[in-house]
Amino acid sequence: MSTFILLLITGLGLGALYFLVASGLSLIYGLMGVLNFAHGSFLTLSAFAGWEVGRRIGLDTLTGFLVAILVGAIVAALTEFLLIRPLYERHIEQVLVTVGLSLATVALFEGIWGPDPINIQRMPWLIETTTIAGAPVPNSVFIAIGAAVLVLIGLLVFLRKTRYGLIIRAGVENRSMVTALGIDVRRAFTLVFTIGGIAAGIGGVLASNYFGYVSPLMGGSLLIFAFIVTVIGGLGSLAGAAVASILVAVLQQFTNYYWGYGDLIVVLLLAVVLLVRPQGLLGRKAA
Amino acid sequence: MNHVLTVSHLTGTIAGQQVVEDVSFEVPATGVTAVLGRNGVGKTSTIKAILGLINRSGEVTLEGRRIVHMHTHRIVQLGVGYVPEDREVFTGLTVAENISLAVRQRSPRLDFVRELFPEVVVERAQQRAGTLSGGQQQMVSLARALVNDNKLLLVDEPTKGLAPKIVDEVADVLREAAKTVPVVLVEQNLKVIDLLAERVVVIDAGRVVHTGPARELLDDPERIQQLLGVHGEAAA
Ligand SMILES: Nc1ncnc2c1ncn2[C@@H]1O[C@H](COP(=O)(O)OP(=O)(O)OP(=O)(O)O)[C@@H](O)[C@H]1O
Ligand SMILES: [Mg+2]
Repeated sequence: MSTFILLLITGLGLGALYFLVASGLSLIYGLMGVLNFAHGSFLTLSAFAGWEVGRRIGLDTLTGFLVAILVGAIVAALTEFLLIRPLYERHIEQVLVTVGLSLATVALFEGIWGPDPINIQRMPWLIETTTIAGAPVPNSVFIAIGAAVLVLIGLLVFLRKTRYGLIIRAGVENRSMVTALGIDVRRAFTLVFTIGGIAAGIGGVLASNYFGYVSPLMGGSLLIFAFIVTVIGGLGSLAGAAVASILVAVLQQFTNYYWGYGDLIVVLLLAVVLLVRPQGLLGRKAA
Repeated sequence: MNHVLTVSHLTGTIAGQQVVEDVSFEVPATGVTAVLGRNGVGKTSTIKAILGLINRSGEVTLEGRRIVHMHTHRIVQLGVGYVPEDREVFTGLTVAENISLAVRQRSPRLDFVRELFPEVVVERAQQRAGTLSGGQQQMVSLARALVNDNKLLLVDEPTKGLAPKIVDEVADVLREAAKTVPVVLVEQNLKVIDLLAERVVVIDAGRVVHTGPARELLDDPERIQQLLGVHGEAAA
């Protein structure tokens, strides 16, 4: 029983990390029609930034965390503004640029920090466990889950209650009609990249605490599963990304423990969803 | 020179294919200018080319100002209201959200559109636009354009697929609107043209093939048959 609980809660923690990446991917794809392959690099850079700050000024501070978020936001906004925007409406080129950026940045990170994972020092509290129904769950897992829930709520409130949220929801449905109402939809593009960068920045710090290391490849490997989550949930659907994050991560965690092959199961799930419901769990049918 | 819009040698391409070949016409500062033509001749594409919604070249001026190089949102901000073919309301947003998204000015004409469409804009304000009937969606689409003070309205087949009673309602609204703003109206329904339009521009195969007073064309069934391939008696 306690194993079951432990797997479930750590699965939720992993799902939280997936969601922090997938939410940005999903928003960006939904509004702009661009699959952002550089999203993992936003996460990796944020993780390194948070770690570099943390180890210099001490662990028991939020500064590293805030710097990581800031780095994620700025890098994502610059990426949109400098690389994506000049290729306005040229989706294939836009995607290729993000692929190139992700390859180049991984090489850059390896150049700076070396190719191997670096174990990080964590706040002792994060490694300590809290026992739930007999299962000793590391506190970092709760932090990840809590942060993802807050990000989800924040995004939903933003989308429902603000003018830019309205523009994004409308743009996901019909981008050209938004411009035909006199709205510069490119600002919303920069905004969704920035939001995605913030979520990835949070994800970077939480992932390094969850796994106990930072590595040039950590963003990329989370990104693969985040893509799968985004497709299963329905491209462009935030709620779909949330549901699919949990589904994929928990399934993966249980399968890995009992049979191994957790990644294989996830790919099979993806195949099943694509066959049975190609638009994803909560996605709109392609027009 | 009292034209709100001048279009000269406008061309437009969709996916590399030229769908507007060479369109020139002028829109006076008052009244309704109707754009006619058979199905698929490029009426919608002409409107989209004016707005920059498709790739275009040539010359377009709004109140004397060149707009052919501008982004769509800039052109609209200059004071152009657009009611697209097939309404294009945001189906996932409420009626109120659709309209508030369209507001471009500090004091929008909300009372005006509420009075025009009380049963949609007021009574169904919180309903998702996707759940409305075609006629109601058209009213949302018109309200989005009319909530701002515009220099020009571009209205693309507003009566398409609507019941006769709703067609009359839409025509009434356009007549009301045209009292204060010049309208370019793409329309197949000759009865609506007869009710509203002062001038007509007929397009065929991406080119203008006739311009003139609406009355003159409507009184010439043979010419209508020749230009539009329909029987002109419908208008009488
Ligand atoms: N998205 C598109 N992709 C390719 N071709 C298109 C597209 N939209 C329109 N066309 C073509 O462009 C030409 C002009 O179309 P357009 O919609 O402008 O005509 P229209 O006069 O408005 O027709 P209708 O009376 O049916 O509304 C047509 O031949 C059409 O097939
Ligand atoms: Mg048309």
